[in-house]
Amino acid sequence: MNQPTVVDLRHVSKSYSSGSKTTEVLQNLSLAILRGEFVTVVGASGCGKSTLLQLIAGLEQPSSGTIDTKAKIAFMFQDANLLPWLTVRQNISLALRLAGVAKTDWAVRVQELIDKVRLTGWEEARPHELSGGMRHRVALARCLAQGAEIVLMDEPLGALDAMTRDHLHEEIERISREAQLTVVFVTHNMREAVRLGDRVILMASAPGRILHEEKVALVRPRVMDSPEVASLAAKLTGLLKAAGSYEKN
Amino acid sequence: MKRTKSKTTLSGVWQVLWPKLLAIVIVVLIWEGVYWLGLRPSFVLPSPGETFRTLVAELATPRLWSAMATTLGRAIVGFSIAAVIGTALGLAVSSWRTLRLAVGSLITGLQTMPSIAWFPFAILLFGLSEQAIFFVIVLGATPSIANGLISGIDHVPPAYRKLGQVLGARGFALYRHIIFPASLPAYVSGLTQGWAFAWRSLMAGELLVIIASKPSLGETLEFARQFSNAPLLLATMIVILILGMLVDGLFSMLARQVRRRRGLLAE
Ligand SMILES: Nc1ncnc2c1ncn2[C@@H]1O[C@H](COP(=O)(O)OP(=O)(O)OP(=O)(O)O)[C@@H](O)[C@H]1O
Ligand SMILES: [Mg+2]
Repeated sequence: MNQPTVVDLRHVSKSYSSGSKTTEVLQNLSLAILRGEFVTVVGASGCGKSTLLQLIAGLEQPSSGTIDTKAKIAFMFQDANLLPWLTVRQNISLALRLAGVAKTDWAVRVQELIDKVRLTGWEEARPHELSGGMRHRVALARCLAQGAEIVLMDEPLGALDAMTRDHLHEEIERISREAQLTVVFVTHNMREAVRLGDRVILMASAPGRILHEEKVALVRPRVMDSPEVASLAAKLTGLLKAAGSYEKN
Repeated sequence: MKRTKSKTTLSGVWQVLWPKLLAIVIVVLIWEGVYWLGLRPSFVLPSPGETFRTLVAELATPRLWSAMATTLGRAIVGFSIAAVIGTALGLAVSSWRTLRLAVGSLITGLQTMPSIAWFPFAILLFGLSEQAIFFVIVLGATPSIANGLISGIDHVPPAYRKLGQVLGARGFALYRHIIFPASLPAYVSGLTQGWAFAWRSLMAGELLVIIASKPSLGETLEFARQFSNAPLLLATMIVILILGMLVDGLFSMLARQVRRRRGLLAE
């Protein structure tokens, strides 16, 4: 893949200080992401994955180092972050509207997105009437509605059943190919990371840093429970465990 | 997705209504008892029956109705002016640091000032006129409205601001789509409190600033006192109480509506 770099992090560190105590969350992290690449990020809880995405999105500023992004960024929050006073439809169409999509196209686009995330029939529901997984799917639809080239997703499918998840894997894969999106996808699930990623980034914790990068050469379409995916996932999990920074799965 | 109402309308209304009716019955009984003891002569403290007969009789003539119209009209105009000024002030203070440092605590201070204390000054400025009344209503209600909006904006969850940033909402769009709706519950409670202040200021004003050509509820009270017309006095007070409660009911309906839409209401 001979593509230009669209996200370039150089020697990025991030610390939070509360009172006299300063904790270094990310330490000297460098990462270049190419246009159209699908990067998945795996690491133990608290290792700084969400912080990394927020830095890329410009929602937080690095304590040192530089971050260079070359295109518009869409963001999907770990906690969905839907606006409680808007319906499902309105939450999604707000993203279209603020992205400058013509008003005449909203209705059709919103319906397409809602169908894609399998929430047909829930258009007029409000966030508090949805389950956790449904809220994440609305957030996913809203994220895709932003029409950005770079899409950052923070554990979008964590709370879903296997069938919906498989369906959404296919959708996300297809949409990202068709629109040539650059995706950074954070997950706890190693098989999911291998299933989706062109490249899997393993993060170590305290302080957060890149432990290992793995180019995934398996042919697509991939199946999450196939032996190839499973064995690569097992190998990568082994690496995380050996570094002492993976308790889960 | 249709939520079924937990109560049918009629029995629901009854459930809300009967404690209120019972309270009214108890108050009337106590009133009747005090009257019956004869602690005060009946031209000072009339019986409930006589008061209600006066009320009904007055409602059959245009006088009380036109007094109500004048008073409510003043309340609405004064409150609307206060809402516009309070909203502008709240927006300005919450978005401009220097202004907040300058007048932030003054706004809260003004809220503690009993509005009746403004009247001598207002009368000096505007004479015995409607302007004097509006002046005091606006001064009474504006701080609450501004403060409600300021605290609403201050407490917009940072996550919503981040979302606004991600979606590319800037300037007016950020206020319109994120900040203003997020602060709506606090703003509505500021408006509710502002209304209560406006209504009180208005009543004080109408007792002090009597404009002969314009009968109002405050003026009716004053007139009834001067002519020792105790039944009319009490009947007017009942009207004032009911009007106040009705408007307050409207505001709490609005507040409930806002909270229900956000799933903040335990049903
Ligand atoms: N605003 C903040 N102030 C102080 N510390 C913070 C802040 N945000 C995150 N942290 C700390 O940074 C570390 C990394 O947090 P982050 O949310 O990036 O982890 P994560 O890898 O996304 O975890 P999870 O998988 O559980 O979502 C945590 O130890 C957390 O306590
Ligand atoms: Mg996280």
